[in-house]
Amino acid sequence: MAGSSIMESLFQRSLEDMINGFRLQMIGESKSIAKSMEEIRREIKSTDPHTKSIALQKLMYLNSIHGIDMSWASFHVAEVMSSTQFSHKKTGYFAASHSFHDGTDVILLITNQLHKDLTSTNEFEVNLALGCLSVIATTDLARDLTPEIFTLLSSSKIFVKKKAVAVILRFFSKYPGAVRVSIKRFVENLASSDPHVVSVVVGVFCELILKDPGSYLPLVPEFYRILVDSNDNWVLIKVLKIFSKFVLLEPRLAKRVVDPICEHMRKTGAKSLMFECIRIVVTSLTDYESAVRLAVEKIRELLVDDDPNRKYLGLKALSILGPKHFWAVSENKEVVIKSLSDADPNIKHESLRLVMRMVSESNVAEISQVLINYALKSDSEFCNDILGSILSTYSRNVYEIIVDFDWYVSLLGEMSRNSHFHKGEEIENQLIDIGMKVKDARLELTHVGRDLLIDPALLGNPSLRKILSAAAWVSGEYVEFSKNPFELMEALLQPRTNLLPSSIRAVYIQSAFKVLVFCLHSYLLKMEAIPSPSLEDLASGVSNLVSKTECPEGYEVAKCEAPANCGQGEGFNPRVSNILVKDLAKENDADRILAHGQASSSISLEKDPFTHESVIHLLNMIRTALEPLSGRHEVEVLERSQNVLGLVELIQQEIPGCLVQKEGSFKNDEPKAFKIIKLMHAAFSKELGPVSLCKCYEEILMSTPVSGPVASNVRLHVDHPMQQKKLPKHLISEESSKSSVFYKRGIPGKPVEWGRMTIKFAQQGSMRDEYYSWRHSMYYSL
Amino acid sequence: MCIPTFLKSHYIWCFLKVIRELSGVILTRGPKLSNFIEWRGYKVVYKRYASLYFCMCIDQDDNELEILEIIHHFVEILDRYFGSVCELDLIFNFHKAYYVLDELLIAGELQETSKKTVARLIAAQDSLVETAKEQASSISNMIAQATK
Repeated sequence: MAGSSIMESLFQRSLEDMINGFRLQMIGESKSIAKSMEEIRREIKSTDPHTKSIALQKLMYLNSIHGIDMSWASFHVAEVMSSTQFSHKKTGYFAASHSFHDGTDVILLITNQLHKDLTSTNEFEVNLALGCLSVIATTDLARDLTPEIFTLLSSSKIFVKKKAVAVILRFFSKYPGAVRVSIKRFVENLASSDPHVVSVVVGVFCELILKDPGSYLPLVPEFYRILVDSNDNWVLIKVLKIFSKFVLLEPRLAKRVVDPICEHMRKTGAKSLMFECIRIVVTSLTDYESAVRLAVEKIRELLVDDDPNRKYLGLKALSILGPKHFWAVSENKEVVIKSLSDADPNIKHESLRLVMRMVSESNVAEISQVLINYALKSDSEFCNDILGSILSTYSRNVYEIIVDFDWYVSLLGEMSRNSHFHKGEEIENQLIDIGMKVKDARLELTHVGRDLLIDPALLGNPSLRKILSAAAWVSGEYVEFSKNPFELMEALLQPRTNLLPSSIRAVYIQSAFKVLVFCLHSYLLKMEAIPSPSLEDLASGVSNLVSKTECPEGYEVAKCEAPANCGQGEGFNPRVSNILVKDLAKENDADRILAHGQASSSISLEKDPFTHESVIHLLNMIRTALEPLSGRHEVEVLERSQNVLGLVELIQQEIPGCLVQKEGSFKNDEPKAFKIIKLMHAAFSKELGPVSLCKCYEEILMSTPVSGPVASNVRLHVDHPMQQKKLPKHLISEESSKSSVFYKRGIPGKPVEWGRMTIKFAQQGSMRDEYYSWRHSMYYSL
Repeated sequence: MCIPTFLKSHYIWCFLKVIRELSGVILTRGPKLSNFIEWRGYKVVYKRYASLYFCMCIDQDDNELEILEIIHHFVEILDRYFGSVCELDLIFNFHKAYYVLDELLIAGELQETSKKTVARLIAAQDSLVETAKEQASSISNMIAQATK
């Protein structure tokens, strides 16, 4: 055994050898490591302390640099620590400091060793023990060894004293009982004449006071003396930190310390001390104008400095000061805005935060202009940050700072087009939110929506999808503000919308439905097929040119007049379809102005877009666009397109446009289709508000009937709470036959039946509408 | 190569993945940028000396400029100790670098602001170590070991 250990120690690879081996790396790093670990495990069990010590050194290297676990060796570490030879002891303590933690059970074993070393005559051994204790002290160790540390607090060797003081800090957190015993010595050291001791003690006090300032208030005079007298920057920084806590507790203190602090700020050459002074002034001494002014001056010096560290810290200090002392920020406005384009991302973010703080009602437009410009120039990440912070700041407190919503809505539209922007969801939310809350902005909203919808290029961009969905919803919901509903319809149905995912496609189709209803309603209003409910509401400049004749005559009028509206409106190409054209006069009665039943804003059209032909064209366009969707599997798309197609079919049957004219086939009462359209229009025009689910169910159940194949499809998908409106009972008819539109068109897997409403249906129907899925949490009260 | 050290009451041991994370962030930063990083709620101050980065993780309360000065202080002491310190010195004598650090910082606090004092202390301990080693490798000791 002894013999082999000599052999081992003679041929043991030293630390240096091992490191060299790694660096040459003949066999690859992990293999070298594994080989060395094997060696180490063997060597460390040796009885020869020297071998052990070298093995431990090697293990330490592997642990520190390569992260190899060494907790298995804790017993060996303890053994090496107990060696009498200083070099081994040192290695042992070193290993202990780095690998022991609260959970190491071997710690109990070393208590005695520590005790021995702490009381040793060799001050370096004491040193080692103290150093190790400052790192690994557990509650038990703290409790057991406090007396020794206490003795050491009055040691004659300064470096020992200093270490002891630091160890007390660690002890305090683990074993508060140490406080009672040693606090007096501690405080005595504070008044010591040796500046080194004072600096350590102040450092430790700084830590303690940061945690619990109240208990140390009685020591203020001591610290004040140091603040005024000391020349040591390190100590001063610590003392300033201490005072920043004290001042918060004891405001009268502020008066006394303001002057010494300003003195230091003026005189010192050390930037770190100056920064600390600035910091204390802007956090705790904001009531003292002269101090604040001085601090702002110094901040300005930092801001214009080229060194990015100083600039960053200047911005940080300014942002702490911001809210109360607005003038400071606005004085330095140019520098802050210039920093938005700095190379350093820290600086950019800090200045962005500052700019956001500067925003108020008066400068909203100006600031956003500046920011958008920067956003265009910056890289993708910062651009997103800028736009994201604009969105969140401007929408705070329900859009508190925005006065001009038209401008804000157009800003949202502009932001959507920014190619870097990925926060589509936020814009989507805001567009819909503003639409619901701000009636005056709806006109602008529909314009913005239309611009977004007609552009086919945008459909291919995945990050814009949510925004497009919002645009579609808004355009559908507020279609009465739209200049050209036909164009809108084309945009909603354009073939490229195939690229959209089905949930968004569903929104498009539902909006198309709303637009269709609106167009039909307007047309029928014009034809006086439905009496216009509120002619008195007409805005100025709008006159009703439709004669007040009864229904059938009105129809005749409609048939013969039928102005051909070629080329009216933007982007509208009426294709003359296979309808009877020969009866229609080609002369165009220009300058007809349309009256809408619901018009609240003035929409005056040069030419009347709601003509027979255009309506027919519309219906055909819808058919062409939506019929291919009947084969789709996505329920939401299928359902909604079925809705629309159902209505289209109904209308096409009842409005003799497609069919050969049937003289006298008119009934004297209103055609059912018109009733439906009137109803739907009324439903869609209602202001949306919070929904009660039970009510919804109730309404649907107690509805009045309207016959026809449109039936349950339509009924199910009215996206409106209908607080007073009741659906026609016809919708809940029991008929179902081969001739019905349901033939071979049921939703796969679902029984096709009329009329039997269940809660489930009501829920499905209203819930599936995209609007509810979005506003789900806010709008349900069950 | 990074030598991260963690200050203050947060004795988080420098496990490799922490180092890797930090070095990923730090190494990508250009030379003209500021020396501070926000990381997991703490601040990390780093300084580059040739091919070495010294990083220190501090609380939100701490003064970054002060930390930069501490790092510089440390590097100057190392320089004096090793004589124009370079990366190799640190690789082969990492434990000595730690000994120096132990003299400089304790319990997360700066304990010695004078470079001379630190140098003196380290020198004294080194000589102790040397004498101890000489004793151990003397022939008499070896014989004593062999006959145990």
